Amino acid sequence: MQLTVWTYEGPPHVGAMRVAASMRGVHYVLHAPQGDTYADLLFTMIERRQSRPPVTYTTFQARDLGSDTAELFKTAAKSAYDRFQPQLLLVGASCTAELIQDDPGGLAAALDLPVPVVALELPSYQKKENWGASETFYQIVRRMTGNHPRRSDAPKPGPVCNILGPTSLGFRCRDDVVEICALLERLGVTVNVVAPLGASPADIARLPDAAFNVVLSPEVATPTAQYLQRTFGQPMTKTVPIGIGATRAFIAEVLALAGIAEPPAGLEDDLRAPWYSRSVDSTYLTGKRVFIFGDASHVLAAARMATEELGFMVVGLGTYTREFAREVRAAAEALGVQALIADDYLEVEARIIELQPELVLGTQMERHIAKRLSIPCAVISSPVHVQDFPARRSPQMGIEGANVIFDTWVHPLMMGLEEHLLALFRDDFEFNDARAPSHLGGGERSVDVAPPQKITAPVATQGADPNAAKLPPTWAAEAEAELKKIPFFVRGKARRNTESFATERQLGMITLETLYDAKAHFSR
Amino acid sequence: MSATIVLDRRPEAGCIEPSRLAVRQERGQREVFCGLTGIVWMHRKIQDAFFLIVGSRTCAHLMQSAAGVMIFAEPRFGTAIIEERDLAGMADIDAELDRVVDRLLARRADIKTLFLVGSCPSEVIKLDLKRAAFRLSKRLLPATRVLHYSGSGIETTFTQGEDACLASLVPEMPDAAPSSAPSLMVVGTLADIVEDQLTRLLTACGITNVTYLPARRSRDLPAVGTNTRYILAQPFLTDTARQLDERGARRITAPMPLGAEGTQLWFEAIGDAFDIARLQVRAATASAYDRAERSLDRQRKTLAGKSAFFFPDSQLEVPLARFLSRELGMSIGEVGIPYLDRRLQSADLDLLAGDIPIVEGQDVERQLDRCRHARPDIAICGLGLANPLEAEGITTKWSIELVFSPIHGFDQAGDLAELFARPLVRRERLRV
Repeated sequence: MQLTVWTYEGPPHVGAMRVAASMRGVHYVLHAPQGDTYADLLFTMIERRQSRPPVTYTTFQARDLGSDTAELFKTAAKSAYDRFQPQLLLVGASCTAELIQDDPGGLAAALDLPVPVVALELPSYQKKENWGASETFYQIVRRMTGNHPRRSDAPKPGPVCNILGPTSLGFRCRDDVVEICALLERLGVTVNVVAPLGASPADIARLPDAAFNVVLSPEVATPTAQYLQRTFGQPMTKTVPIGIGATRAFIAEVLALAGIAEPPAGLEDDLRAPWYSRSVDSTYLTGKRVFIFGDASHVLAAARMATEELGFMVVGLGTYTREFAREVRAAAEALGVQALIADDYLEVEARIIELQPELVLGTQMERHIAKRLSIPCAVISSPVHVQDFPARRSPQMGIEGANVIFDTWVHPLMMGLEEHLLALFRDDFEFNDARAPSHLGGGERSVDVAPPQKITAPVATQGADPNAAKLPPTWAAEAEAELKKIPFFVRGKARRNTESFATERQLGMITLETLYDAKAHFSR
Repeated sequence: MSATIVLDRRPEAGCIEPSRLAVRQERGQREVFCGLTGIVWMHRKIQDAFFLIVGSRTCAHLMQSAAGVMIFAEPRFGTAIIEERDLAGMADIDAELDRVVDRLLARRADIKTLFLVGSCPSEVIKLDLKRAAFRLSKRLLPATRVLHYSGSGIETTFTQGEDACLASLVPEMPDAAPSSAPSLMVVGTLADIVEDQLTRLLTACGITNVTYLPARRSRDLPAVGTNTRYILAQPFLTDTARQLDERGARRITAPMPLGAEGTQLWFEAIGDAFDIARLQVRAATASAYDRAERSLDRQRKTLAGKSAFFFPDSQLEVPLARFLSRELGMSIGEVGIPYLDRRLQSADLDLLAGDIPIVEGQDVERQLDRCRHARPDIAICGLGLANPLEAEGITTKWSIELVFSPIHGFDQAGDLAELFARPLVRRERLRV
């Protein structure tokens, strides 16, 4: 049993819903109790979808358990087929229906429907949403390409690719597809099929017609891309084009796979992020301590961008995507930090409190943590919120994506000169560090960064010195007052450093001298 | 309009027998939340309680989605997610639950009452939460009392979760001595400000011994006994009412206190039960009633003559249809309701015109067809249906707001009407 306040991922059948809702001509009949229909509102409210997701729920109740839930499933599947006339029917069970073992696949087969029926086995008590999406996509692709001739029998396609991975409710997938399609077109590559987003079952059957696959969301598309590689000899791209470096690497990969020698001229004419980062105004970004958490592909991209493209220092890195834990661990090791592989919100919160970063790049969950701790934050990954579906186009990938991310990450921070002025004149009654950045409204900050020991006490923090927790040094009034003069965005860090400095030296009392000794020690 | 007109609207004077109302049953896909969702408002109301769902990842996901995706940074609810090893018998499920509860209480030492809330999976695997609650209570009292109820979708719809929760509190309520003075208990979660308004008016009527269930603090449970009269402020409290009856309390029948008329009749029914002269009740409520009427007048300009169509959701559909049709002059195309408790809803049903179709249960596809055919001016529906209906050109009011906003009593009558008027006004305004 796992205690959960918030979850990073829903159950696997929600992943299947995301694939069904991404596609055209697909309907999903889900054996599920009353109440599971809540999942519809993820699509209609968060994504503001204009139609209901193509899902029929059997919504069985306790009284049905005594009679015939299997019959209920058959009736629901038959009437869903009659009403929606899908080209492909997905059938499966939610967590409760899995326990009553009605075999939706067998029941649907007995209906003898004139369309392909894909039975999904999604173990709800082991797996999660992204796995469910990935498995569903894979099963659909296997079913629809089963009769397609193998590569050796088919004529050789030109520079033609598929785009695999974007889904409904995915982080900025809508805009990333537009951006990447435009980029591929400029490179002279034709897009055969984008899937699952916008594809029909007939489109899926055409996947083998392409020469290679562009994988935009490894979490959703990796098993499918591997299957297509094995079966039809289609190679796949490895780089997710988020960030300047990654986009350039992606372009090189695509050109090699497409057999195109030279990229077209002017490809980077609209790429402003590198100059923005080099311009002197950005000097203040140097060495900003960032904590990064989210799904694996966005986290890996963000770590590279943060260090190479914005000059930040990554102090913490983690993901809830256990399937890609190895890759994230490797990235963390390269940055000299310990990776946090967890789907427990409380653990992530404890780590952020411990690290006292100056910027958090995370999900909506980390946004909450950061808000509580008054740490600036930008959202880089699912789980999503209605705000993550902006009306304007706001890609994360490709050339424009790099520009968008520069703005998104820099905007929550204090502007360069403003930061200096705060450090110079801390006691200005209108313009001091208790106030939010002027471009963000400039109001009073509601919460100060609390001393970590107060919050972390009930949560076990790994690697903390046990003695430190037992005997926290006390602050002399004079030193405490001096600490308050340090701008809030580094105050938490200064407090923590000074306390660990004092503890290491077994100083019971932190004086002004200790504070400045610690400052000198840590600034070497 | 003056208070005297209300006389003719008393339930006793109603011309429709409940049995004459056509109620049709429908079965099919239900687009209704399960009882777990009630935790979203219950955990704000009872400030020293924690709601621990024993369920699946789906339950946890429902809670954070229904709660508008994480509106509370540190909510007083959580989920103990059952995992494969619990199901396979590899883990001792009692020990696992104890571990989770200990971790939780270590974080939240301020929790005085812990509800173990059953879910679909916990019910299907027949996890004995009653025994678990008893065992944990024995260990954790007096610091924390552990109770249990089921919010599972196989047994409860949306607001029935509150019913199950309150019903679990009734056995914990102290006995009122048979010789104690008569008291009034108002049952059903109300906004704190509404409770304060009702208390002031009841005091003016001459009723001073008033308690509320649930209380704001879980340890302040009201006493109950044969001298307790209780009245519902929410229509979905079937089990709670039955349990209170079993404790000897007697229910006062009245329409729900929604709108000026509903609230007036609610106060008059209380007055009758306490042998307080009608004149005294009317004198006490007159100015509030008139204020409510004035505020409704403004909304009538928008709403009168418009048609409404209810999809089943909160069980408030019957009193709301009564309010919209009688107090705002709207016509009602259909009243969908998850289930109909004729006994508890009798006073509101009596006031509803006999030709309004009431549909109990749901087949969402067929109901959507009927709604499209009826083309109502406003459809009252859940969040899963609202945007799709708007995209089809049908104005909607999301029903969840009716559960999350203070709508009861005289001083909220105008606000309640405005909730229905706002989508129509907005549609009028927009030129895009």
